[in-house]
Amino acid sequence: MHRPEQRDEVEMLAMMLLIRRFEERASQQYQAQKIGGFCHLYIGQEAVVVGAVAAVREDDYIITAYRDHGHALARGTSANACMAELFGKATGCTQGLGGSMHFFDKKHHMYGGHAIVGAHVPLAAGLAFASKYREEDRVTLCFFGDGAINQGSFHEALNLIALYKLPVILICENNLFAMGTSVKRSTSLKQIVDRAEGYDIPGDIVDGMNFREVRDKVAEVAASIRKDSHPAFLEVRTYRYRGHSMSDPASYRTKDELEKYRLDDPIIRLRAQLTREGKLTNEQFDALDKKAKQAALESVKFAEQSPELPVEDVYKYSYAEGNKS
Amino acid sequence: MREITYRQALNEALAEELARDPNVFLMGEEVAEYHGAYKVSQGLLERFGPKRIIDTPISENGFAGLGIGAAMTGLRPIIEFMTFSFSLVAFDQVVNNAPNMFMMSGGQFNIPITFRGPNGPAHQLGATHSHATECLFANAPGLKVCTPATPRDAKGLLKTAVRDDNPVLVLEAELLYSSKGMVEPPDEELLIPLGQAEVKREGSDVSIICYAQTVPLALTVAAQLEEEDISAEIVDLRSIKPLDEEAIYKSVSKTHRVVIVEQDRPFCGVGAEVCYRIQKNIFDELDAPVIRVSQEDVPMPYNEKLEKFVLPNADKLMSAVKKVCYA
Ligand SMILES: Cc1ncc(C[n+]2csc(CCOP(=O)(O)OP(=O)(O)O)c2C)c(N)n1
Ligand SMILES: [Mg+2]
Repeated sequence: MHRPEQRDEVEMLAMMLLIRRFEERASQQYQAQKIGGFCHLYIGQEAVVVGAVAAVREDDYIITAYRDHGHALARGTSANACMAELFGKATGCTQGLGGSMHFFDKKHHMYGGHAIVGAHVPLAAGLAFASKYREEDRVTLCFFGDGAINQGSFHEALNLIALYKLPVILICENNLFAMGTSVKRSTSLKQIVDRAEGYDIPGDIVDGMNFREVRDKVAEVAASIRKDSHPAFLEVRTYRYRGHSMSDPASYRTKDELEKYRLDDPIIRLRAQLTREGKLTNEQFDALDKKAKQAALESVKFAEQSPELPVEDVYKYSYAEGNKS
Repeated sequence: MREITYRQALNEALAEELARDPNVFLMGEEVAEYHGAYKVSQGLLERFGPKRIIDTPISENGFAGLGIGAAMTGLRPIIEFMTFSFSLVAFDQVVNNAPNMFMMSGGQFNIPITFRGPNGPAHQLGATHSHATECLFANAPGLKVCTPATPRDAKGLLKTAVRDDNPVLVLEAELLYSSKGMVEPPDEELLIPLGQAEVKREGSDVSIICYAQTVPLALTVAAQLEEEDISAEIVDLRSIKPLDEEAIYKSVSKTHRVVIVEQDRPFCGVGAEVCYRIQKNIFDELDAPVIRVSQEDVPMPYNEKLEKFVLPNADKLMSAVKKVCYA
């Protein structure tokens, strides 16, 4: 089992770059109408999932909402499988059956991509329940947006999670908006983390633009959970640079606000930290970025060239076959 | 064979599956310390302990979803709804999460979960507590729905449901928990496949297609019809989905006349689908139009006389049979 604190930071920076460049390509391909349906980009929030994933084991469960491309990539799903999924191709991470909002990758313990706001928080309770039931020391990372915290399923799940002392890290990616509704207009609390207090779940606020802070906080909480099963809540403050989905010009916020966050960019920050410490040269950074861009471009080619499932296959996925017991 | 109640039969099914497979657990409101609101889980806490027989707060959406998440990892949860009227607050989990996961994940995650509990109108519980939910759930591809009417079917179908790799709803008949019937002894494994109807009574003049609480009703009416020289065949669907079309067509091809008696409501009810399939596939076998007997299309009233009027009852069924028999 790898020790999270040894996870190479340069590698993690490369992952953040991959997510960024992947999303930029996805945006371009969406505009070229190669991608259908809804498409929610993760640009700006990369440090949240990369930091959290860097802090846990590969066999820990992760589950998230529909803004999920970054989560799958961070977990190890290939850019090819992700882009092919957006294209609806058979080589996609769910064979083109789930689409942008429903990425799944069982091999990498990525338990979805869930598009009904709040509805996956009870599922996270179930994943963690299963680890506890089997007496494993896995933790479950459950990501959700600030928009999910006013949903009944979220509240029911938090109570169950606290009541049964389930090993879940509840990670609220507070990007200040649910579509066009700012947290101020949706939530009666001064700060989101106070939701946890109502369920007796220890909570903390984390700077989601700072990879190291996210990683260290998640690592600390995960270690405590593995010793003695309990939940934790992290309000991770972050920002999405793009609109809610591809059709959203985001006119509900100011350019100044966006600029402020852009200057605090998680990739620039980690790069600066590593450069300052002599762990990364400019040339090395450029090479990483070039590689990320190339992988994103490759994924488009891969997706374009991939086949689709034959239509008769629609009948194969309503029911799992067999009555295995 | 020995005679036990429907409730005991379900209890045996739960106990046998819990004993057989450590991945099985039972979760719901009042299932452990209270032994179940309808006492179906009597004695299970004592035998299997609190790790596997788990009381929940009143949070149907929460614990239904917890079950689905646990099932994603290969556990086999049995989630009890105190009644299926309350499953409506978990509708999103049961209809939008459980059956969609296998398709959405490209076949990576199947959901081997059982949702069970009493379903269908009981006595004078009023509109909120009287739902027959089978048509709601049968509408969702990815779910299986069964509706046992006898102790034997209850045991055999529940055991099969727990072993199925998909989400299965076992809609127990609220009014039949204390009814008795012959069931194989406990040392004999009883598994009844989903999607197999059973002819509960042979007949030659008319097919009465029924399920759950309308099965005893149909049997009573059949006995009365006998006295009037009308021989009714009683086809108990047992499973709504998958639907045993062959058994239906076989009976109808013999009698050429059909009445469908269902416990749910007429608009988009189970009978509407059965009726459609009969006319589409074996139109030439019919000597009369198919008649459906179901609830009246109104929210359920509390008043006893009015409730009786709303429900499918012997008088309605009797006259429907006579109508298709031109008697
Ligand atoms: C139950 C439900 N209601 C409404 C929607 C439509 N919807 C999709 S995303 C969204 C906003 C959610 O915002 P948040 O949870 O903050 O996540 P973010 O988009 O910021 O990542 C809404 C209202 C939905 N998918 N599900
Ligand atoms: Mg948000």
